[in-house]
Amino acid sequence: MAELLQILISGLAAGSIYALAAVGFTLLWQASQTINFAQGEFVMLPAFFVLIGMTVLGLPMWTSVILALVLSLLILGVAFKRLIVEPMLPHGTLPLVIATIALGLLMKESVKEFYGATAQPFPAIFPQDVYHIAGASVSVQDIGNLVVSMLAIGGLQLFLSRTRTGRCMQASAQNPAVAEILGVNVKRMVLYTFLINATLATIASVLISPIYLAKFSNGETLGLVAFIAAIVGGFNQIRGALVGGLLIGVIDNLSAVYISAQYRSAMPLILLIVIILLRPQGLLGTSEGRTV
Amino acid sequence: MTRLRPLLLLAGVAALILAPIGQGNYIVYTLCSWLLFSIAAMGLNLTLGYAGQVSLAQAGFMGIGAYITALMTLAGMHWGVAVIASILSSFAVGLLLGYPALRVQHHFLAFVTLAFNTLLFLVLRNEEDITGGSFGLSGMERPSFFGLSTDSNLAFYYFSLVCFLIAAFSMWWILRSPWGRAFKALRENPIRAESLGLKVRRQTLLAFAIGSAFGGLAGALQSPLVQFIEPSSFALMHSLKLLLMVVVGGAGFFFGPMLGAAVVILLPEVLRFTEGYYLIIYAFLVIVLMVYSPNGLIGLGHKLFETFKPKHEARRDLKQGVQL
Repeated sequence: MAELLQILISGLAAGSIYALAAVGFTLLWQASQTINFAQGEFVMLPAFFVLIGMTVLGLPMWTSVILALVLSLLILGVAFKRLIVEPMLPHGTLPLVIATIALGLLMKESVKEFYGATAQPFPAIFPQDVYHIAGASVSVQDIGNLVVSMLAIGGLQLFLSRTRTGRCMQASAQNPAVAEILGVNVKRMVLYTFLINATLATIASVLISPIYLAKFSNGETLGLVAFIAAIVGGFNQIRGALVGGLLIGVIDNLSAVYISAQYRSAMPLILLIVIILLRPQGLLGTSEGRTV
Repeated sequence: MTRLRPLLLLAGVAALILAPIGQGNYIVYTLCSWLLFSIAAMGLNLTLGYAGQVSLAQAGFMGIGAYITALMTLAGMHWGVAVIASILSSFAVGLLLGYPALRVQHHFLAFVTLAFNTLLFLVLRNEEDITGGSFGLSGMERPSFFGLSTDSNLAFYYFSLVCFLIAAFSMWWILRSPWGRAFKALRENPIRAESLGLKVRRQTLLAFAIGSAFGGLAGALQSPLVQFIEPSSFALMHSLKLLLMVVVGGAGFFFGPMLGAAVVILLPEVLRFTEGYYLIIYAFLVIVLMVYSPNGLIGLGHKLFETFKPKHEARRDLKQGVQL
């Protein structure tokens, strides 16, 4: 029982970070039909911005995090949208998919060449204490990760549903033409979506790197997991991506312990196939007229 | 142009026959792998460029072909039997995967194949008793036909070339048959094609399965070429690489995949002097190509050609047909 509780908590903590990536993935799809195959690398990169700030520029940790956020907003947000997504949107989804695959490769290889191929230790944001509750050892880090990601997603949800800008963004995602007629600046709303995605990626990066260490190849697994979480939860809902992320985190940890460590990464994939067969719109998704 | 075409084709085949003569082993080997990646890419082009479905498991199908061929030839069976088994099993797996995925629309085949490729990798790596795990399988013999051995690299090149030409001819025949013409109809205007009685789903499913079978054939050739196979040669990354080949060359053009395979395989050689920066440059070039010419290199060629012949109407590929 204590073991189960422990697995559940660490699963939820990992899952909440996956959810951050998955939510960003979903938002990009809704706002601009971008299936971002570089999403994993988007989470990998900001950690290296932090490391550059700390080791090369000698800044303190939190200043480096802010620097990383600014760089991510500029590169992963504005530049990605202006230079890659915008010119390619009229050509349909496929060339854009190929371009994001290439972009992921570009980011991965650049980090490997210009920073280093080995895993880099990353400073922890939370104390490394472990508490024992009802026989289960619970680390402050896990709880901290869970709380921060839930606050981020909760805040995003409030922003989207309660503020004027948030509702304009939803309108632009649901029906850009009508939103435009009603006076919403659709292009700006799409840009906001890209900025939010960059922010979520930075948060996820800072949370996950102390656990997995910062490595150029981190994006491969993260991207796949975010992708699966988004589909399992339902592509057209933030709630869906959240549930998908948490579910994948828990299933991943459970299967590592109770099924087989070798086939640990197979379980989310099997879940993906089952979901596509039985409920293609995802667990929480609603089938819309639109093709997702 | 049409009258020149047979001549150009003959010249192309002659060039392929002459290409490896007098070359070192390494170049002949590179040419062989170009031939077999062209076969796999041709198959993916049928799925992607003609039927408009994204498959992210072409390397997985190559893996099925390679492992079946390796296991059967290691058990002492002739390559000729193994290749048929490889092609048929890839075709069958394609049908099994595609049937449920194509029940729901559009991009779901991409997701299902992505999951399948990763699962297959795990199975190949973990079932050590059969597949040798991450150490892979080695020592497959190269086949001999009627006393002619393909042990030397040059002989194996000609053997691969024959397979390549047979594959290319079958693809050409498939695309010219009424059944293949239906694809063009589908791609240009799916609603109209359906109204004329085309069974869109069945058509797409068969295209995916046949495309996968080409992957199986390529795998069956890879096994004796490299004489060593391991799971990571068939990982998701390689499926993405094959996808890049098709799109960089020009999806939906007959010669697109061959050109794309040449670029993806030969570019590392050309960019060797840049050392570690090769992949960075390559990825950058792909992004630039996609931004300027989403129809790939052949599309770029057409674009340039049309600036000289302004009356030629632009192809409308990929506008309606390909959706992810």
